[in-house]
Amino acid sequence: MNDRFEIPSRLRNTSLILICLGVAALIGGIATLLMSHDDVARARFWAVLLHDSVFFTLISTVSIFIMAATSLAHGGWITAYRRVTEAIGANVWIFATISGIILLMIVFTFRDAHGVNTIYKWVTEAEPGKDKVLFGKKAFLNPGMFVGFTIAALGLWSFFGRKFRAMSIAQESAPKNDTKIFWKVFRMSGLFLLVYALTQMSTVPWLWIMSVQPHWYSTLFSWYTFASAFVSGMSLILLWVVYLKNQGNLELVTKEHMHDLGKFMFAFSVFWTYLWFSQYMLIWYANIPDETVYFKLRQQGPYSIIFYSNFIINFVMPILILMARPSKRNYFTLTFMAMVIIFGHWLDYYQMIMPGVLGEHWHINWYEIGIFMGFVGILIFAVSRTLTQSSLVPNNNLFLKETVIHIS
Amino acid sequence: MAIKKFAVAAYDDEDVLFPAVSKVRHSGYKIHDIYTPFAVHGLDEAMGLKTTDLHIAGFIYGLCGTSTAVGFISWIYTSDWPINYGGKPHFALPAWVPITFELTVLFAAVGMTLTMCYLNQIMPGVKKHVFHPRQSDDMFVMAIELNNHTSEEAVLAFLRSTGAKEVNVQVAESGWWYGRWDKKEPYEALNPG
Repeated sequence: MNDRFEIPSRLRNTSLILICLGVAALIGGIATLLMSHDDVARARFWAVLLHDSVFFTLISTVSIFIMAATSLAHGGWITAYRRVTEAIGANVWIFATISGIILLMIVFTFRDAHGVNTIYKWVTEAEPGKDKVLFGKKAFLNPGMFVGFTIAALGLWSFFGRKFRAMSIAQESAPKNDTKIFWKVFRMSGLFLLVYALTQMSTVPWLWIMSVQPHWYSTLFSWYTFASAFVSGMSLILLWVVYLKNQGNLELVTKEHMHDLGKFMFAFSVFWTYLWFSQYMLIWYANIPDETVYFKLRQQGPYSIIFYSNFIINFVMPILILMARPSKRNYFTLTFMAMVIIFGHWLDYYQMIMPGVLGEHWHINWYEIGIFMGFVGILIFAVSRTLTQSSLVPNNNLFLKETVIHIS
Repeated sequence: MAIKKFAVAAYDDEDVLFPAVSKVRHSGYKIHDIYTPFAVHGLDEAMGLKTTDLHIAGFIYGLCGTSTAVGFISWIYTSDWPINYGGKPHFALPAWVPITFELTVLFAAVGMTLTMCYLNQIMPGVKKHVFHPRQSDDMFVMAIELNNHTSEEAVLAFLRSTGAKEVNVQVAESGWWYGRWDKKEPYEALNPG
């Protein structure tokens, strides 16, 4: 069985070219945006880095979440491609480091000409004389809280990502049918879900993303960002599985497994829409100015094209294209929809962050696309390197038989 | 439905059942149905059953629900009895989405349940012939349709050779019919003993 993955030179070159483009965009951004005297341009420089680093951190972390969830539920079907989720999870630390640096730089160094942090306004404006509302929120929205949650979340995600992979590698050299590591994974999964619930599913998106518009709040915002990250994270796993199958690896993965991944993409697109709509409808119905300010700019302002295409790409397309059974068992539609969903949720994160930072002056231009390509390059480079380091089939995994006979 | 003649074979092991299904199909007999005490994976492929079109029916029922909800609510609130609710427009689509969703699910669920009952010819209150009393206990029961030209002895001997524990010939109504379980079946006279 072909259970070793060698990085094809084409993949390595592609990833390196993408990284170079990202670095070029970053240098260009530093030269033209960061160095300019225009406050909006400088805010754009940081906001785009914030958007991409947070997006890629969150969608990689989803791999750890799906491993933990299936381990806790004794789900065996994932075992056939578990090495892919492990490899993505083991590289969370790279994105965590990048986004940690960017988040802390924004909080501590970014100021406009008047000394105001225009991305995280609560950093500088939470004073009684400046902004009473933000002063009232200071117990939660303050740099100490932000740094604490950021470092704790990023550190724990990186730790668990590497730990899950290490435990799975250790299982390979364990005695046959030994359940010691299995129960260790089980316990760690429970622990990770607790950590994940307290970070990604509640506090961290409030601090990282929602506090860009600090006067506005929505309790289910973190669930909404989680749904967004989860469906694109599953799409990311699917793209890797399809790529490895095209290379002749992952022979244990059959259409049944692809069908289940497709079901996840379909179901969680609907779940995302459910949360998106729950947030939208309550605000639309209550019509309180404090809350409608969020949608005023997005739906009726200059972002309306992103707002509506977000809905069409992330809801209408998945539900119509992925609903039928044959399309979830077809590699082309699955790959196409996975790319569409990742792009759509990248746009979703864009419209979560940018209106609060840039106001009406948004661009999706060389800089946005270049930084995005740089992150894609890092992802491809790092994950493919991790994939080569062990057998792609977890031969000693206790659920191996279950995944072979899996029928979706 | 029609009253037909069936050759019935009862197996006590699914490992015997699968080769038997393949042999019966290769011999050209028409399998009416197989009754098993639990869901046997792969049996539908072995029997050569087509994938069901029930989900397409479900999609159509769902669309009916969506259009019923949107059509009915929009007719009420825009032309029949327009009321101003908190300054919202009369055509207030976001407010209708929950009801539309519920009606879509309701139509799809009820419609698919009834369609499934029809396709399987089952329904609360209707009767269906039971080929073997142990088909819901521990026996796998295969019913083969016979016609006037089939030799009963040859079929029974063939079924016995495939590993069946019990074989017999029954005359039965192939579909469903109204009645109660404690009443005698209408064709009971056709199956003496």
